[in-house]
Amino acid sequence: MSFINYSSREINCKIVYYGPGLGGKTTNLQYIYQKVDPSAKGKLISLATETERTLFFDFLPLELGSIRGFKTRFHLYTVPGQVFYDASRKLILKGSDGVVFVADSQVERMESNVESLQNLETHLAEHGLNVKGLPFVLQYNKRDLANIASVEELQKALNPDNNPYFEAVASKGVGVFETLRMIAKLVLTELKKGAE
Amino acid sequence: MVAADLVIFEEDSKKLDACLARLLAEAKAKSIFLIDRNGQLIASSGEIQGMDVTSLATLAAGNIAATGGLAQLIGEKEFSVLFHEGERDHLHLSIVAQKIILLVIFDERSSLGLVRLRVKRAAEEMNQIFATIFQKAEAKPREAREIMETRFAEITDADIDNLFKT
Repeated sequence: MSFINYSSREINCKIVYYGPGLGGKTTNLQYIYQKVDPSAKGKLISLATETERTLFFDFLPLELGSIRGFKTRFHLYTVPGQVFYDASRKLILKGSDGVVFVADSQVERMESNVESLQNLETHLAEHGLNVKGLPFVLQYNKRDLANIASVEELQKALNPDNNPYFEAVASKGVGVFETLRMIAKLVLTELKKGAE
Repeated sequence: MVAADLVIFEEDSKKLDACLARLLAEAKAKSIFLIDRNGQLIASSGEIQGMDVTSLATLAAGNIAATGGLAQLIGEKEFSVLFHEGERDHLHLSIVAQKIILLVIFDERSSLGLVRLRVKRAAEEMNQIFATIFQKAEAKPREAREIMETRFAEITDADIDNLFKT
């Protein structure tokens, strides 16, 4: 749910990082937070448990500059990946303008990826949305680990519609900005389409 | 999908500001915020300098969302008012116009009773202002359409790329 304020000349959009637990959603936000110019970012908020697992959400506001006199602001959220926190996940997904699905490339996490993607589709449907109608980007994370599925396998299991995808090593920043750039672009293009 | 789900034009923004300023004085509050349910700040009034208003808005929305989830679990539609009591400052959260969060911060210069009373009155006025805002967004009148078309339709791919050229 984008929010356009003509009085303060701002476009605000909400992007949600979704995916299975320990897949690297929070790591994506942390990397972005580290690398972005201090003037362009707000505080990174993490509502996490004592063991640093996301409890409710992480939140990072980003200001990307202006287009045609309008400041563009992106609010990045992550959901808690653990199955247990399903109700929270649904709340955070509400009103999102775009979704990044962070998949864990390790072979043994394939089932969790598929489950999480189905969970995403269920919750989107409950909000009257679906993956096909929403800016959607996949990120295949942890490409530096040994026991990983091939991109072809991941594509087949998670991305039959051939949405944009990126290989990533979020802890080292590989693919993080490429993913962000693509989802931001898709969200703004969608907004532009709505105006035509 | 429509271009945006919430669009606020200058004249309505001014009305909201005036309404907030009045509530601030009448409720003897420190600061007041209007936030949409997704955590986007719409308007504010009072002492906000040095305050991280973006985080405030997001957490308030998270709070409302979580409490709304709790309400449904026990068979309530929602809890229309939340109150958080601190040592010095207190938060009063309520829903106006069904989907907007009104957050009032106050201290010992005011009281919960006074804030509740004034919020209730101000809410009626805000309901009307937001009714107009929602109506405009839905009907997409000429003015809105013109601004949309000139402002956003001409956004080019290069404009979007430029955002990342730092």
